[in-house]
Amino acid sequence: MLPDGWVVVLKRDCPTCTLVEPVLHQLAAAGELTVYSQDDPGFPAGLPVVDDRELETSWRLKVDTVPTLLRVEDGTEVARTVGWLRSSWEELTGVTGLGPDLPDHRPGCGSRSVEWGVEQELDRRYGERVLTSRTVELADLEDEHEAAYARGWTDGLPVVPPTEARVLAMLTGTSRAPDEVVAVVPPDLVPCTVEKIAVNAVLAGCLPEHLPVVLAAVEAACTDAFNVHGVLATTMPATPVVVVNGPIAKAVGMNSGMNALGQGNRANATIGRALQLVVRNVGGGRPGEVDRGTQGQPGKYTACFAEDEDGSPFDPLSVSRGVEGSALTLFAGCGWWPVVDQLSRTPESLARSLATGLRGVGHPKLAIVFDALLVLSPEHGRVFREAGWDRARLLAELDGLLTVPGAELSRGVDGIAEGMPPGFEAVPLPKFRPGGLLIAHAGGAAGLFSTIVPGWVSGAGGSEPTTVPIGA
Amino acid sequence: MPVLLDPTSERVPATRTLNPRPASLDGLTVGLLDISKARGDVLLDRLETRLVADGVTVRRYTKPTFAKPAPVDLRHEIAVQCEVVIEALAD
Repeated sequence: MLPDGWVVVLKRDCPTCTLVEPVLHQLAAAGELTVYSQDDPGFPAGLPVVDDRELETSWRLKVDTVPTLLRVEDGTEVARTVGWLRSSWEELTGVTGLGPDLPDHRPGCGSRSVEWGVEQELDRRYGERVLTSRTVELADLEDEHEAAYARGWTDGLPVVPPTEARVLAMLTGTSRAPDEVVAVVPPDLVPCTVEKIAVNAVLAGCLPEHLPVVLAAVEAACTDAFNVHGVLATTMPATPVVVVNGPIAKAVGMNSGMNALGQGNRANATIGRALQLVVRNVGGGRPGEVDRGTQGQPGKYTACFAEDEDGSPFDPLSVSRGVEGSALTLFAGCGWWPVVDQLSRTPESLARSLATGLRGVGHPKLAIVFDALLVLSPEHGRVFREAGWDRARLLAELDGLLTVPGAELSRGVDGIAEGMPPGFEAVPLPKFRPGGLLIAHAGGAAGLFSTIVPGWVSGAGGSEPTTVPIGA
Repeated sequence: MPVLLDPTSERVPATRTLNPRPASLDGLTVGLLDISKARGDVLLDRLETRLVADGVTVRRYTKPTFAKPAPVDLRHEIAVQCEVVIEALAD
């Protein structure tokens, strides 16, 4: 319950608060004044000061600027002004001639109660508990990183301990309610809330602004079309590869340039990892259990990058798949291999080079079974741009180059037992089904190499590449 | 005291399962936990005498009150110091 009269919240560390010290003495002489101090109950000297170093009152009053001046009647705030503006203070208090030696106006300073990290801790301490996750209490001498390992929460690398304050901070990255169910996560088919995803995003090392991308990735992964259950459970080295498009990629600091498919960028690394940890921790998908990968691949830690749209010869991958704005595409990828071509300067020659690599996806003698994601580098992309080729032109060229008589792919041909089963000998066979070859653009300015990400079993019997918008 | 939020589906208990019972106490450290019930110490004193006579390393622990679960710090201390724990449960 606030005391009636005038209430001022301040901190000595704020120059505007020290500036108004003579005004506070004027008010104390003219009426009932109570001062709450966020940092030094000895300031201002000679006035009744309430110690609010714990910031509970500041938090309850939702003070974001100091000094804050309130008028309180019957325990209820009826007027408020922040900073120092003589006319406002005089109007609120009804006292004239305040601070005659002071300038007319000075802006205030940030309240200690809204400092980053502090606000979330105060929410946790004084607010109603909005989180419903089970709490796990550790001993004082228990190492929190080892505790996470011991409970099976990690992918083998250390995780950020998911404290309540960190999870509350993570949840500020989305406007969605913590208890909203985002997806039903395989293999255990667990309804997964925004909160649980936020806990795992903390584990992964995400910042709050990364959370909307993680939410969209979980949503896309758990669709019937993408089939993350199959991607997880297969013996093949499949993993969800996340390609991010639209303004959010730059806004959250993703890398689409040099080493975009590699290490070193926090957003790329942690967004992809958060998706993996959700499947592991919430869905119960762990290696050696439902994850039956024969050899696996490093992309099962994280596989996420942004498309370089500015330098691309083509429309963004997401737009080509019918989604405008910020969006992501999930592709079930089985590895990463480069196609080196440092000599082709015509689109025809370069397309032939790329086709030699693409033919090997899965196996050179298997057609239509696997999709692929081709990540063109800027120097390869330039060849197509300068020749005026768009996405459709390149796809048509590759389709022509990759369609061969079925008889060439039959089992046993070329002394290789692997190949297409009987029945396809008389028909031309394209390597990829319609829409089965995706093209994105990423990488640094130098390097005449592109990357092929071979896919897993395609289509309704396997995984469909899945593009979804990224919300707030 | 650090408190973390469980990132899992919470379908399995947060606590860990018991270790299998050892076939022998040779070379092991045995914790004797007195839960602060009357005469628990009498039982544990006798057990300590017998175990020490057999060459077993013994450490003694006491819960602050039998009316509440053991503090997490005490549980952790026992877990890192002992392979076996014997608790004097009732008076």
